[in-house]
Amino acid sequence: MANKDLLVSLKNVGVERDGKWLVRGVDFNVRRGEIVTLIGPNGSGKSTSVKCALGVLDPTEGTVKRADNLVVSYVPQKFNLDWTLPLSVKRLMNLTAKHAHADIEVALSQVGIAHLADAEVGQLSGGELQRAQLARAMLRKPDLLVLDEPVQGVDFQGEVALYELIQHMRDHHGCGVLLISHDLHVVMAATDTVICLNGHVCCRGAPQSVAASDEYKRLFGARASDALAIYDHKHDHTHLPDGRVQHADGTICDDCEHSDGDHAHSHKEHDHA
Amino acid sequence: MLDDFFVRAMVAGIGFALVTGPLGAFVVWRRMAYFGDTMAHSALLGVAISLLLNINMMVGVVAAALLVSGALLVLEKRGVFSSDALLGILSHSTLALGLVLVGFMSWVRIDLMALLFGDILAVSKGDIALIYGFGALILVGIAWAWRPLIAATVNVELAQAEGMHPQRARILLMVFLAVLIAVAMKIVGILLITALLIIPAAAARRLSASPEQMVVIASLIGVISVIGGLNLSLAYDTPSGPSIVVAALIVFLLSLSPIAVIWRKKRKAS
Repeated sequence: MANKDLLVSLKNVGVERDGKWLVRGVDFNVRRGEIVTLIGPNGSGKSTSVKCALGVLDPTEGTVKRADNLVVSYVPQKFNLDWTLPLSVKRLMNLTAKHAHADIEVALSQVGIAHLADAEVGQLSGGELQRAQLARAMLRKPDLLVLDEPVQGVDFQGEVALYELIQHMRDHHGCGVLLISHDLHVVMAATDTVICLNGHVCCRGAPQSVAASDEYKRLFGARASDALAIYDHKHDHTHLPDGRVQHADGTICDDCEHSDGDHAHSHKEHDHA
Repeated sequence: MLDDFFVRAMVAGIGFALVTGPLGAFVVWRRMAYFGDTMAHSALLGVAISLLLNINMMVGVVAAALLVSGALLVLEKRGVFSSDALLGILSHSTLALGLVLVGFMSWVRIDLMALLFGDILAVSKGDIALIYGFGALILVGIAWAWRPLIAATVNVELAQAEGMHPQRARILLMVFLAVLIAVAMKIVGILLITALLIIPAAAARRLSASPEQMVVIASLIGVISVIGGLNLSLAYDTPSGPSIVVAALIVFLLSLSPIAVIWRKKRKAS
């Protein structure tokens, strides 16, 4: 792919807080039209990595490069909206940029919440709020769409619908998508690259389509099988409860990537064909 | 017209209320009530220091308020004590330090009661010019930075990711608060300033459907409180600053009553 399609690029990014590395050695790129999904357990550094990519957080080491004049839409995990701030869904659409009335109506009906235009944001359900946020993100016509656990607290049908909307946005606007998922095994089917984090990049690759397997189809339902995919982890090491890392050959070290040169990055070349 | 002390008090109070509406709304939205209180309390330290160094009192008050809010930011980043405890420490220790310093300076005589509770009936034409001049500056500033201010209030990280510079918004609000405290000290006094920031904005909440509406309604409620409170103090010979706060409280209680709900529904229907 041409370099001009590169939207954001992280090289060996690490963030240290109070003498502890939240995440280290993170490398990934997001290109135009590409969907990258970050997965990993709680506290594995997914949000930290994404905040570095967004420029909200400055990395302690490594570099983050963003394309010039990059238009970003960010869908945060939590809103924490104070009740005292009266904010209707319509007003939320104009939060960081002003949009025409007609455009707002189109965006809201695209995500299926046109009837909630005058509702207060604080009174929306989890799924409705995510749809409203997607509509807002869409209106900005972003180069890069970043979503932090967009399907958390949303039921299964809602999850499938949200993934379809994100995919539609990618197909329609050609934006790059960087997504955090709380699910370690089931990801959005349109994902090009899955990156598994646990303080460092544990493994990466493409997800496997579940639509091909009849068993999964029965389990997920036909529509969901098109939206969801299974990610098969290829780890060469195990994270022990005390935070140390045990490698496939049995050696144990404090830090996977940086104290053991032999293992560093070797697990990134796995082919997930 | 401005030769009558009551008219001067009214004009000054209304100018003050027009500014506290929008600024107070941000204080309520961002849960900065205690923060505003701390800045206001530090004003006494500012007064003491400006007397000691023989500098302009307004400059001293603004500097003290900004210093305290800066100190709070630094201490918060250290993360040892909760911001609640830090606010409590800074708020009361600056007030106490100010009182002690003033006590030391036996050569100056200041009207402590007027500083703490205000003396709106003593405002001069110069005070009025100051209130309207700086008030207009604050209002223009808020209008100019409106979108980033609201975006940063809704979600700091979202605002930053989408290029709205939330840190600038935060600093802007702090500077505005410090300036307002300095010019408004004379009206309600440093102990009651935050009351007039918070109560009108809180009263406006249930009557508003958007942030824009809320700041306008908060300003109107502030103006009503000033007019009502000053007339109350004239009729019953009560202290003027506290009377204004009591009038604001009455409007707030009315906003909680069913009348307010009916009023809002009527407006929505029309």
